[in-house]
Amino acid sequence: MKRFLAPAITLVALLALNQSLPRFLNPYYFQVLILVGINITLAVSLNLVNGFTGQFSIGHAGFMAAGAYGSAMFTMTFGQKIAAAMIAAHLPPVVAQGAMLLASLLLGGGLAAIFGYLVGLPSLRLRGDYLAIVTLGFGEIIRVIILNVDAVGGARGLPGIPQWANFFWVFLVAAIVIGLAVNLANSTHGRALFAIRDDEIAAEALGVDTTAYKVTAFVLGSFFAGVAGGLFAHYLSYLNPSTFTFLKSIEVIAMVVLGGMGSITGSVLAAIVLTLLPEALRAVKDYRMVLYALMLIILMITRPQGLMGTRELSWALFGGRRRGGSK
Amino acid sequence: MSAPLLHLEKVTMQFGGLKAVCDFELAIRPGELVGLIGPNGAGKTTVFNVITGVYTPTRGRVMLDGAQVSGLKANRIACRGVTRTFQNIRLFPRLTCLDNVAVAAHQHRKAGLASALFGTNAFQRDEALLRAQSLEMLQVLGLGDYADAMATELAYGQQRRLEIARALAGRPKLLLLDEPAAGLNPQESEELMRLITEIRRRFSLTILLIEHDMKVVMGICERIAVLDYGLMIAEGSPSEIRSNPKVIEAYLGEDTAHA
Repeated sequence: MKRFLAPAITLVALLALNQSLPRFLNPYYFQVLILVGINITLAVSLNLVNGFTGQFSIGHAGFMAAGAYGSAMFTMTFGQKIAAAMIAAHLPPVVAQGAMLLASLLLGGGLAAIFGYLVGLPSLRLRGDYLAIVTLGFGEIIRVIILNVDAVGGARGLPGIPQWANFFWVFLVAAIVIGLAVNLANSTHGRALFAIRDDEIAAEALGVDTTAYKVTAFVLGSFFAGVAGGLFAHYLSYLNPSTFTFLKSIEVIAMVVLGGMGSITGSVLAAIVLTLLPEALRAVKDYRMVLYALMLIILMITRPQGLMGTRELSWALFGGRRRGGSK
Repeated sequence: MSAPLLHLEKVTMQFGGLKAVCDFELAIRPGELVGLIGPNGAGKTTVFNVITGVYTPTRGRVMLDGAQVSGLKANRIACRGVTRTFQNIRLFPRLTCLDNVAVAAHQHRKAGLASALFGTNAFQRDEALLRAQSLEMLQVLGLGDYADAMATELAYGQQRRLEIARALAGRPKLLLLDEPAAGLNPQESEELMRLITEIRRRFSLTILLIEHDMKVVMGICERIAVLDYGLMIAEGSPSEIRSNPKVIEAYLGEDTAHA
């Protein structure tokens, strides 16, 4: 029964915080907190590709954009109507909107995952840096397409997305991504990914289907980037293509590298630090980005392996399961 | 005479204008321990790469248990029961010794990706079994105490043994050893010879081995094939090879052979 303990505690804690936090925190801090949650999802999902598998994707913003616009379009064309119908049928709004948000997130994630498969399959069959170039191109293509399609608002952006995402949903998704990544890291499949990262030729010679594993990790990473995009859309209720530039991808890469390639704890920690840092530096006005860049450089010089290296905080510490399983 | 486990049929491997291996014929029966020797650059490792699917031969076929494997991807061939070690050690440096071995056992897992992601009971059982088997394999190779050490923390000779443990964890029918004695001192080579004999008996393996250390090759191989410039110049028992003039010529040069 111990297996269900940690998820149950997480769920209760999330619901309690969801009710209480907006009362204590002012809206600005609260929004930063939401962005922390979304960035944790982005960083951990990119870590599956760049950290676990050792492939270099620099198009995470593109998958996020696909998920954001995909889920937003679903909600605005169908989701809102279905939710309204459900409320008319005397379902509580929380349930109706929650169900439709979940559907839109799965669709947005699914769309991003399909793009991930199409982009990943040809480029991951090869060894080397092809993925970097292809994902770089993909990210730009997605952004330019959005910019030029009037149906999704083009350069004006897409307003009027219902604000259905809240603290609960954002951190529920973050918790799920972390949980899945931890399970993956302690599994045969995770070991296969690490083996590919360390020596692809040896992994292949030991019977690891390297292409299939790389594509799987990439599709999984893309899916959660899409889900994070969906949450982003349904929290801010406005999307603009300028959010999903190459710089956003770099920001997420910085989180993964700074946290330590392959360390889940590191990604979480770095996502928190790198989201809070630019906000904390608002006090110094013009020098904000200069200081931000400087701090990144200092951190990378003093800890080139990242905050956590490849290590993790001991999950046993929190009463979670360790590898090998508990009886 | 039983049917060959591995049969290379007129295998040619050409890189541009260079024929690295030319019309190479070799049949290995189940249970045999065959040595592949030859001067540097003779094409020995290319033969390994062709057998394991790193390269697809330009001409000819590789048959395993009567079925063609040349043209399959390397991981498929590994799953059919051919694993190898590498001339320049290729361990996974950022994994523990146990995990290094467990990677190879990966093809024998039953639980799928979904059950791993959600950590189901079936997955937990599978994982525990896999770890137990991997640990056992480390113990067989005398590395039981190093299960949680990082692969790079091992001494050179131990790393060579870890590579063998890893290859064995794939439960191969045919084990390919690429210069297992390279860089070992005489005492370690002695140990290695004992070890190869031991694992061969224990896991009823067929072994093909590339080696420069003639003491090792002559000591444990039942049959030896000699490659020179991609051509097989001799094949036979160790004593036949030792007295074969072509082999002496390939190794020592023409003048010496005729002197």
